[in-house]
Amino acid sequence: MDLLNAFVALSNFVLIPAIAYGSQLAIGALGVTMVYGILRFSNFAHGDTMAFGTMATIIATWGLQSMGVSLGPLPTALLAIPVGIAACAALVLATDRVVFRFYRAQKVVPVILVIVSIGVMFIYNGITRIILGPDDQRFADGERFIISARDFKEMTGLEEGLAIRTTQGITLVTAVIVVALLFWFLNRTRTGKSMRAYSDNEDLALLSGIDPERVVRVTWLIVAALATIAGVLYGLDKSYKPFTYFQLLLPIFAAAIVGGLGSPLGAIAGGFVIAFSEVAITYAWKKVLEYSLPESLAPEGLVQLLSTDYKFAVSFVILVIVLLFRPTGLFRGKAV
Amino acid sequence: MKKLLMATAASALTAGAAFAESHASDVRLGILLSFTGPIESLTPAMGSGAELAVGEVTGNENFLGGASVTPVRGDATCVDAAAATAAAERMITSEGVMGIMGADCSGVTTAVLANVAVPNGVVMISPAATSPALSSAEDNGLFFRTAPSDARQGQVLANVLNEKGISSVAVTYTNNDYGKGFADAFSAAFEETGGEVTLVAAHEDGKADYSAEVGALASAGGDALVVLGYVDQGGAGVIQGALDTGAFDTFAFGDGMIGDALTDAFGSDIDGSFGTAPGSENEGGALFAEMAAEAGIDGTSVYAGESYDAAALILLAMAASGSTDSTEYSGAIMDIANAPGEPILPGELQKALQIIADGGEIDYQGASGVELVGSGEAAGSYAEYTVEGGELKVVGYR
Repeated sequence: MDLLNAFVALSNFVLIPAIAYGSQLAIGALGVTMVYGILRFSNFAHGDTMAFGTMATIIATWGLQSMGVSLGPLPTALLAIPVGIAACAALVLATDRVVFRFYRAQKVVPVILVIVSIGVMFIYNGITRIILGPDDQRFADGERFIISARDFKEMTGLEEGLAIRTTQGITLVTAVIVVALLFWFLNRTRTGKSMRAYSDNEDLALLSGIDPERVVRVTWLIVAALATIAGVLYGLDKSYKPFTYFQLLLPIFAAAIVGGLGSPLGAIAGGFVIAFSEVAITYAWKKVLEYSLPESLAPEGLVQLLSTDYKFAVSFVILVIVLLFRPTGLFRGKAV
Repeated sequence: MKKLLMATAASALTAGAAFAESHASDVRLGILLSFTGPIESLTPAMGSGAELAVGEVTGNENFLGGASVTPVRGDATCVDAAAATAAAERMITSEGVMGIMGADCSGVTTAVLANVAVPNGVVMISPAATSPALSSAEDNGLFFRTAPSDARQGQVLANVLNEKGISSVAVTYTNNDYGKGFADAFSAAFEETGGEVTLVAAHEDGKADYSAEVGALASAGGDALVVLGYVDQGGAGVIQGALDTGAFDTFAFGDGMIGDALTDAFGSDIDGSFGTAPGSENEGGALFAEMAAEAGIDGTSVYAGESYDAAALILLAMAASGSTDSTEYSGAIMDIANAPGEPILPGELQKALQIIADGGEIDYQGASGVELVGSGEAAGSYAEYTVEGGELKVVGYR
C-alpha cells in the first residue's frame, strides 16, 4: 500500500489532464449554450469559429514574436488573444448580418438555423484552411513545464512523477477568470440582465423595451471571445490543427447538452463530466490500484474499461443516456 | 452542333494518333508516392531517387531502341485509398504508364494493387509497403517490392531489444494495415524470445491529444515504449505525451519513425532510444548516397534507395524482355534481381543495359542490395539506429 504514489500517478495521468481538458471544453460549451439560450439554435459552426479565432491569434503571435515581444515564461499567444477575439468578433458579426439575421427576420424554425449553421461551418472551415492551411501549427513558447516529472521525482523521492505543463496551469487560471467575468456580466450588469430576460421570454423582453438586435450583437461578441479563448487554450495545450477543432464539436455539444442547453453553469459542469469520463474510462487503472490496494488484491490485468480507441464514443454514450433519462440536462436547461 | 462534333472527333483522332506515335519511343513510368499525408517528409527523396534511375536509362540506345522514359508522378496520400486508386487509375488510363513504381504505405498499396494494377494488368513495384499481408495478396505475378515484409523487421527489432537486455515493453502502433501488421509481427517475435509485452495499443493519426493513450501505456508499464507509427503524425504525439508525463524515457522505433523530423522535434530528450529501418551496408548504399548527393538529393533518407531500385528493376526488366507490356516483362523481374549474373550497382544501369543487349545475365544489387524472395519481396537488411546527442546514428546492420 502506498497511497501517496497512487495519488501522484492518478493526478499525473487522470486528474491534471482531465481538469485542463474539462476547462477547455467548458469554455467551448459556454459559447454553444449562449447561442442556444439567446439565439435559440444549436450552432454547429462553433468548432470552426474556435479554429478561426485561434488562427487569428496564431498569426498575431507570430507577428509579436518577429518583433521580439515575449512574455518571458508565459506563452506570447496570451498577448495576442485580444487580436484574435477582435478578428473572430468581426467574422461572427458579419456572418450574423449577412446570414443569420435574414433567417431571424423570417422567424424560421430552429432546425433551419441549425442547417444554416452547418453551411456557415463549411465556409469558416474553408477560410481557415485558405489563410493558414490544414497543417499542424505550433505556437506555444515560454517555459514548457511548471514542474516536470523528473524534477518532481528528485524533489519528493517518490517513485511516480508528476508533470504540470505551463499551458495546463494557464488553462485553469484563465478558465476561472473567464467564468467569473461571464457570471458577473450576466448577473450584475444591465446588458447581462437584458440578455437573460431575452433568453427567458422573448415577448416580455421586447415589451419592456429591450433592443433585440443589441442583445444579439452582444451575444455574438461574447461567443467570439469565448470561442477564441477556448481555441487558443486548447491549441497551446495540445496542438493546433483545423480538423481537430471540427472534431471537438462532439464533446463540446455533449458537454452543453449534459449540463442543460442554455444553462451557463450546466455547460461548465458538463465540460468536466465529459472530460473526466473520457479520461477515466479509457485509463488503465492497474498502476493506481497496485499502489492503493494490498499486494494480495493487486490486479493482474490492466483494469481498463474501454480501449482508448473508443474515447470519442464515451461522449456519445453519455449524450444518449442524458437525452434518454433527463433531456433537460443536469441543470434543467431547455429540452432539445 | 455538327461542326462541334466534327471538331471534337477530329481532335480526338489526332490525339489518339499522337498517343500511339509517342507510345513507341516514349515509355511512361508511374511514380505513385504519398507526396501529401503522414509520410510526406520522406517522399520527395523517394520520388527523386526513382527519377535518378529514369534519368540513367532514358534515351539509351540499348533500351528498347533508344526509347525515352518519362516519369509521371501521382499522389498516393498514404491514408486515402480512394484518392490513391483514382491517381493510379488516371496514370494508367489517361497517362498510359507501362509500370508503376509505388505505392508506399501498405494500405493504399493494397487498394491500388487490387483495384487498379491487377484489373489493368500493370506491374507495380513498391519501395516501401511492408505489411506482411501483401506477401499473400492476389497479384497475378504483377506485384513486387524492394522493401521487406514487416514480419522480418518485427524479428529484427525484437532481437535488438533482447541484446540490450530489455525484457518488458509496451507497444503502440498507428491504426492502419502497416501498424497493425508490424505490431503483431513484433509482439509475436518478442514474446517468442521470452520478452513480455505489457500492452499493445493503437493510436489514431492526426489527433491533437494523446494523453489517454499515454496514460494507458504508462499504467501497463515496461522498460521501453515501442513506437510503430509515423514521425510526422501520431507517433510523435505519443512520444511527446510520454516524455511530458515522464512515463517512458527509452523508446524503440519502427522504420516509420526514423527520420530527421524525429530528432528535430525531440533532440537529446530521447537519447538512448533506438530503432530499425531498412538499410544495408553493401557498397551500393554508399554509392547511391554519393550519386544522390551530386544530384542534390538526400540519398540516406529512408526508402530513397529502394525507390531507385524499384524504378531500375522495372526499366531493366523491360529491356531484358524487349517489351513494355506488363505481362511480358513481369516474368523477367525475378531473373534480373537475383543471381546468377553480373552484379549491378547504382549508377551502372547503362552497363546493365549493355550486358542485356549482348545477351548476358545481370544480378541487380542496386542501392539496397536487392534480393527478391518468396512472391517477389526483398529479403531484407536492416540498419540499427540509436539517438546520441540528439542525432540519429547508424550503429550496425543486421
